Amino acid sequence: MEMGRREFLEKSGKYIMLFGAATKAWDFILAGTPEEAPGYDVTRHWWAFYIDIEKCIGCGNCVRACKAENNVLREPFYFRTWVERYHIPPPDLANLSEDRLPIVDSPNGGYDGFPERYRDGDGSKSFFVPKMCNHCTDSPCTQVCPVGATFDSPDGVVLVDKTYCLGCRYCVQACPYGCRYIDPRVQTVDKCTLCYHRITKGLTTACCETCPTGARLLGDLKDPNDPLHELLRTQKVQVLKPYLATGAKLVYHGLDGAVR
Amino acid sequence: MRELLRDAEHLFRLAGVFAALLIVFLVARAIFTPEGFGVYGHYRAGALEEVRAREINYAGRDACLDCHDDIATVKKKAQHAGIGCEGCHGPLQAHVADPSTVVPQKPDAKFLCLVCHRENLAKPRNFPQINPKEHADDDHCIRCHDPHAPLPLKE
Repeated sequence: MEMGRREFLEKSGKYIMLFGAATKAWDFILAGTPEEAPGYDVTRHWWAFYIDIEKCIGCGNCVRACKAENNVLREPFYFRTWVERYHIPPPDLANLSEDRLPIVDSPNGGYDGFPERYRDGDGSKSFFVPKMCNHCTDSPCTQVCPVGATFDSPDGVVLVDKTYCLGCRYCVQACPYGCRYIDPRVQTVDKCTLCYHRITKGLTTACCETCPTGARLLGDLKDPNDPLHELLRTQKVQVLKPYLATGAKLVYHGLDGAVR
Repeated sequence: MRELLRDAEHLFRLAGVFAALLIVFLVARAIFTPEGFGVYGHYRAGALEEVRAREINYAGRDACLDCHDDIATVKKKAQHAGIGCEGCHGPLQAHVADPSTVVPQKPDAKFLCLVCHRENLAKPRNFPQINPKEHADDDHCIRCHDPHAPLPLKE
């Protein structure tokens, strides 16, 4: 049988691709049906989070609750959630073309609240921005993990398999939101789990539980009656760094363009 | 056919080497791949259960209401109705599990009141804020206010 080069490449390419698909299919056949946790079906939830910046008073209740709930080290620099204060100085009327860079501070992550640093009436603007893992749908941290220790759970939470993590810090660098740190006690990475141990048992997260103004809200997007749907429909919302197309599931209401 | 197979011995040897390598690969894969890997994706399915197994410290406000319905009544129509009990009283799952032996500490009222209500430019304008020096000469907030229902003032 005569076969030209073009035809050969076409056919072999097709077979190589089909073989890949067949192996993938075989993997699924071998895997069987996923085991279900008792009383909690991972396929019936899709968790998301809503933060209303206009309600945040920077009290640090979320930071304290998160550390207490998840046994996070009390020292600064170890945070699963923290609060930042943005201060945008007034415009220099003689030099309006110059950018007004925001001054950002977060004393101890907001654990002890925020001492007043600025004075009223100079035309500046200040506000608090709570930060935490964005639980991205296409998370950069999951993509770079060399061993499959960081993963997107079937219900949309980015989690870490601590027994599998090497502590290579690749994900710490990859996270565009700075939401990961190495826990020095075990030398593995640690991050917000969206209180997975709570939300899978019908409770809300520790930060939502203790937020006094209701600035934080956990929502399950697969539940059609979840109040989050109403908020997403009626409010103007934004995610952090939308140009990175991470598919963040943490949405902010009242997010200022200065926030990074 | 005979022509083809005449000097084919080295090809069979090569095929044998490939077959042996394939077996080594499959055995190694079976040994080193942890249980449950690949069930949901490129990770160990058991990790989900391990993350889920962590103990709860904050019981949630519904657990408090089971016993403390008197406080709930006071709080229900007050300004602080929306605040979870453990927002001020701290994590109390241990108290819920064993109410008689684990007795919660009184919260540090002054710190907690002021961490929210001390005036700060970055707080939303409509949020009630005070300067503790001007407002009450640095006195204890709970001398006049009931923390569960701060206004109207105590008798």
